[in-house]
Amino acid sequence: MGYALNFNLIWRHFDKLWGGLLLSLELAVISIAIGIVIGLVLAVWYVSAGRAVRAAIAAYVEFIRNVPLILLVYLVFYGLPTVVDLAYSAQTSFILTLSVYSGAYLVEVFRSGLEAVPRGQLDAGKAIGLTPWQRLVHVRLPTMLRITLPALSNTFISLFKDTSIASVISVPELTYGAQWINFNTFRIVEVYLVTTAMYLFTGYALLFALRLVERRFRAAR
Amino acid sequence: MLTQIAYALPFLAQGFALTLWVSLLVVVLSLIAGVLLGVGLVYGPAPLRWAVRIFSDTIRGIPILVLMFFVYYGLPAIGLHLPSFWAAVLALTLFKTAQVIEYLRGAVGSIPKGQSEAAMAIGLTFRQRLAYVIFPQAFRRFLPPWINGVTDAVKGSALVSLLGITDLMQAINQVIGRTYEAMPLYILGALIYFAVNYALSLASRRLERRFSFIRE
Repeated sequence: MGYALNFNLIWRHFDKLWGGLLLSLELAVISIAIGIVIGLVLAVWYVSAGRAVRAAIAAYVEFIRNVPLILLVYLVFYGLPTVVDLAYSAQTSFILTLSVYSGAYLVEVFRSGLEAVPRGQLDAGKAIGLTPWQRLVHVRLPTMLRITLPALSNTFISLFKDTSIASVISVPELTYGAQWINFNTFRIVEVYLVTTAMYLFTGYALLFALRLVERRFRAAR
Repeated sequence: MLTQIAYALPFLAQGFALTLWVSLLVVVLSLIAGVLLGVGLVYGPAPLRWAVRIFSDTIRGIPILVLMFFVYYGLPAIGLHLPSFWAAVLALTLFKTAQVIEYLRGAVGSIPKGQSEAAMAIGLTFRQRLAYVIFPQAFRRFLPPWINGVTDAVKGSALVSLLGITDLMQAINQVIGRTYEAMPLYILGALIYFAVNYALSLASRRLERRFSFIRE
């Protein structure tokens, strides 16, 4: 015991944490945006496809969900460039990984959302003469998005926390900034207290904001 | 390539054994701590409820990696010297305990209030109510998500590689450091993790289906 807290060095290097937090948010936002596209396309395809396509999509989902994220990050950053002729920065590599990762979770979210759209809405769409494409875009997807909004928010917040894994390939996000200060100033307890507070505050602020959005768009019953 | 990987297999198996050992410790310790704290959260006096709520929300609000570094680097700084293996197990257990608390709260919360009241009316003590009335019913709500959540412990255990512990993840990285066969080894590693976790999630789904016919 006898550890005296001294936050001076943390504030002196606070730009590492602040810049890191902004980058964490950026990584999460870009990845969920790409993940939503992957999830939507595959979910719509899944519900209308034959057996083989369904099996392939299910294999993608199950594989991603059952492998540690850190291994996927290594695989894409260190493994993939050895077999395909691609060169990318650590940051691009991480965004790619997190997008494919979130895509797998979102396929499941959207698929169950599509199934939850009341049958009567689709029949009503058919009755007023909408084409199948119009029924999808104007009836099925909007209702599905309202139903899945809470699950989307949760996925986003957990992706925000998952961005900490980017530190293992030296992407300078919040956890990386914390480690940098840890190793360079040895104000260990202080830096992790501040980092913890930053993750908590940002995470709960996001949750609160997203709950407000959800209330605005809640599916009519 | 294949001979090199075959040569590394015993080493990888050792790493895998360590991954399983870490996961098992975390799962057992967090089950005990989580059920105790979960009961505290549901039935405890207000200060205890608040303390458990803050603990759970804090732990679930930060990345496991930050929790792990905090425990690993922070404890020695305040004079507590844990071997890195136990620091890693402690951090993962804290994370998993918060999950178990929430599973338990959800499961117990799903039991209609009348059950508890009826048990009280026939004169059962608090412990008897839990043991004979609440827990047997809450068990089937608790088990499927809990088994599914074991996959989080197995996946989370891959982070101990960052503390220099030679689990499966670290063993794979070390073999790659010697053989430069990155892709085949990462894929092999992914398949091993997949096999363990997929089996767990199948078991969870099967149980859920088996319990689903029971109506409240």
